[in-house]
Amino acid sequence: PLPPSESTPNQSHADHGHGSSAVGGIPVVTFKWHHVETPYQVALWILVAGLAKLVIEANHHVTNVIPESALLICFGFILGGIIWGADKVQTFKLNPTVFFFYLLPQIILDTGYSMPNKLFFGNMGAILVYAVIGTCWNAASLGLSLWGCHQGGAMGDLDIGLLQYLLFGSLIAAVDPVAVIAVFEQVHVNEVLFILVFGESLLNDGVTVVLFNVFDAFVSLGGARINAVEIIKGIISFFVVAFGGSLLGLVFGLLISLLTKVTQKVKIIEPAFVFVLGYLSYLTAEMLSLSSILSITFCGVSCQKYINANMAESSVSTVRYVMKVFANGSETIIFVFLGISAIDTEIWVWNTGFILLTLFFIFVYRIIGVFFLTWILNRYRLVPVEFIDQVIMSYGGLRGAVAYGLATLLNESKIKEKNLMICTTLLVVYFTVILQGITMKPLVNWLKVKKAAVSELTLIEKLQSKVFDHMLVAIEDISGQIGHNYMRDKWNQFEERWMTRILMKKSVRKSRDCVFKVFHQLNLKDAMSYVAEGERRGSLEFVRNESAFIDFKKKFVDDCSGAMPDITACMSDDYSAIRIDQVPSVSLEMHEQNMKGVRETEDINTHHLLQQHLYKGRKQHRHRYSRSHFNVNKDENEVQEIFQRTMRNRLESFKSAKMGVSPPKKISKHTKKDQQQKVPNGKSTENGKRYFSGDEGCMIGNVCIPLTPFPLGPAGIENPAYIPDLDPMAAEIPPWLAEYDAGPVAPSQRAQLRLPWTPSDLGRLAPLRISTRSNDSFAQADAPAAQQKDDEPPTPSKRDGRNM
Amino acid sequence: MGSKASTLLREEEIEEIKKETGFSHSQITRLYSRFTSLDKGENGTLSREDFQRIPELAINPLGDRIINAFFPEGEDQVNFRGFMRILAHFRPIEDNEKKSVAVSEPLNSRTNKLLFAFRLYDLDRDDKISREELLQVLRMMVGVNISDDQLGSIADRTIQEADTNGDNSISFNEFIKVLEKVDVEQKMSIRFLH
Repeated sequence: PLPPSESTPNQSHADHGHGSSAVGGIPVVTFKWHHVETPYQVALWILVAGLAKLVIEANHHVTNVIPESALLICFGFILGGIIWGADKVQTFKLNPTVFFFYLLPQIILDTGYSMPNKLFFGNMGAILVYAVIGTCWNAASLGLSLWGCHQGGAMGDLDIGLLQYLLFGSLIAAVDPVAVIAVFEQVHVNEVLFILVFGESLLNDGVTVVLFNVFDAFVSLGGARINAVEIIKGIISFFVVAFGGSLLGLVFGLLISLLTKVTQKVKIIEPAFVFVLGYLSYLTAEMLSLSSILSITFCGVSCQKYINANMAESSVSTVRYVMKVFANGSETIIFVFLGISAIDTEIWVWNTGFILLTLFFIFVYRIIGVFFLTWILNRYRLVPVEFIDQVIMSYGGLRGAVAYGLATLLNESKIKEKNLMICTTLLVVYFTVILQGITMKPLVNWLKVKKAAVSELTLIEKLQSKVFDHMLVAIEDISGQIGHNYMRDKWNQFEERWMTRILMKKSVRKSRDCVFKVFHQLNLKDAMSYVAEGERRGSLEFVRNESAFIDFKKKFVDDCSGAMPDITACMSDDYSAIRIDQVPSVSLEMHEQNMKGVRETEDINTHHLLQQHLYKGRKQHRHRYSRSHFNVNKDENEVQEIFQRTMRNRLESFKSAKMGVSPPKKISKHTKKDQQQKVPNGKSTENGKRYFSGDEGCMIGNVCIPLTPFPLGPAGIENPAYIPDLDPMAAEIPPWLAEYDAGPVAPSQRAQLRLPWTPSDLGRLAPLRISTRSNDSFAQADAPAAQQKDDEPPTPSKRDGRNM
Repeated sequence: MGSKASTLLREEEIEEIKKETGFSHSQITRLYSRFTSLDKGENGTLSREDFQRIPELAINPLGDRIINAFFPEGEDQVNFRGFMRILAHFRPIEDNEKKSVAVSEPLNSRTNKLLFAFRLYDLDRDDKISREELLQVLRMMVGVNISDDQLGSIADRTIQEADTNGDNSISFNEFIKVLEKVDVEQKMSIRFLH
């Protein structure tokens, strides 16, 4: 802080206006717009897009009828109008560079990563037919028809040649993945239909890129120099672009998988690798003029299985969520800008013939293409594509931002009518996204399209689908046919032998099993709701889904019945806390002992995982203040909790003096406290809160076990001076905790009794303790006790130091 | 060794099989040649050893069970009719069949497909999948890393998911009910080449 004398002249400088240049002194505050212009604008636009989405999502009635994408475009219209009104020129447009480099990749990466692989590759034949042949057909037919109409004079006086028509056709022919996702996600059609349309929209990029580049080159070359050689080169370039792009994507996918195999130590930046490498695959493909969309798609498709297995659960969740955030954000921004870009007088070139004919032909040729190709495919498919599905497929041929992006890339010098083309493209996009988007849902309902089965996770379905797989392979073998299943089986075997060995962590490989995974997930679900229910009801005597009891109750009853009476006898909230913690652990102990012979000790493994989930609170506190973990610092609660804990401890020691049981509750208190601070698991945060309500003399939840004479009122007792030193105890926990985690999880009563035998711990107990045990440490405790009571509440940093 | 003529398929047989199973003429002849190639003893029937000679079946977890499914109760030989009858379960359901009101339910109907799958579990044919039977199948399907206790838990939970009448086993109706959302027609069909 400046000494007062010096501040005054500065203030007077500031008073004379922004910027000290006029006065020649030190500026206190300046307004530096240009300094931050670009990032500020970017951030503002992202904010605006987010707000738009917020507003739109506020009303479900509207979004049920009109798809979100359409609303976003309309919002873009409004916004564009405002900007245009202010600037008289459209300063913001959907810049192709920004679109192709910064907005599109994450959407495609997200789709690749969450692609249902089995379905995708199972229908790959059909998808490829639609993508390649269908797109070529669309492009050619549209270009030729428009040219024909032009020759016939339907379009008036336009300076467009055949090649340019074909170029235009190629850029507008492609079905757009962003638009398809946006519209189809609200209409839950059956998965085969969805994967066909969606797969087509992804894979047709290979064709689009080639066609666009080839025709662009032809247009530049001029019609005269096109001969057979060039055409053949074009065809070859298709194969190179498509397969090259896919291969590149696969390579990057393998790279990611290999990388995640060794990143256990850097769990916090594991997710970053996925994104960076995915983006690099996109850029590398662009650099080599291969199909970037194909590259990033196959990158996501190939790596998903391995990184999901290799990475820690938290990293997998992070990747999944961040992908969704990016993809959703990009999609929103794209649609808003699509709207804004329309309000630009430069591109308002109207040619009735051109525009209307384009719309008409796109629609018609899509229908023809789909039906014809499906008729051919159905002769070879196991389950034919139904008529209704075909209708939806043709209706779902939506064009979107990719077409617009390509249109803006057109070379104006070669293509005089670029503005007309941009305008037409935009109109086509609006037509398909808004109109077809709005009518898609009613159409689907009206035609009674088979909807997606909402599949709940059941063990029996999982088991049975495996049974089916094996059955089919066997029958194919018996009947001597090399069929689809045979190939799939062979691939699975190959994958099992080679790929998982190279790409998956050894530890994960051993514990992978489909049926068991489902079982494990179901157990996790049960365990979480078990704990939540337990708190809500305040006791363990709750009637619940019996399947949960299969795993827990049996063990609980058998093994804990000995321990239970002791616990219930004491009847303090702390003991019940132990009980809650103990129950899952006991059953886990059962399983652990069984699996000891088979399993290696590593992080990600079935029951360890469950155990970790339940115990994470305790472990987590050790890393509380590292930059790598989140920290929820509930200071006020802490203070109160500490105080209440002190009070309770004193009471306990008083009671235990009578009963000869020392309070192990300190540990459980830590559990409660730490479970509160464990942010990632929302459930445990809730646990913590519940516990604290229990501090006021009640147990968890509603069952009140009076804490006897101690008049602990609700939350109001705050006596900061009373904060004992918790840190030593926190520091002491680890060795004991280690016991908790590794060995038999439930320490015996005796073990618990021994726990708090450190001088600092006992400091708290000392005053009230009339020790029935002749133990020197108790006596020692008396001395430090008095001192520690006067300690200041430990600051977080101090605790940090302690715990780290 | 009888003359080959006695093992050749007669037209009437083909017609009968066609009516019973729904396979086409060419499919039947094709499968017949497969049958004869498997039939090393050349006596017009297949034994279990003939099936086991197929190498891929040895590495199939359900291989033995499926082989077993071909043989009717208590018998050790299966003739061509029986062979085709089982294979017919795996024919894809065609549209016209769905709509036809057949006298008897076609072999590849959904119910019959599920019955075949059910019988894979239910070895003792008491129309119930007991816990032990389920455990056996689970053990075959699941990796070696899973302990018996865990497997037991999985089995228990699986039964609970399906069991509605509380008899701790899965009856055929419960089996059908629990799989009603599954697209059995697609999952249990293979393409038979013409």
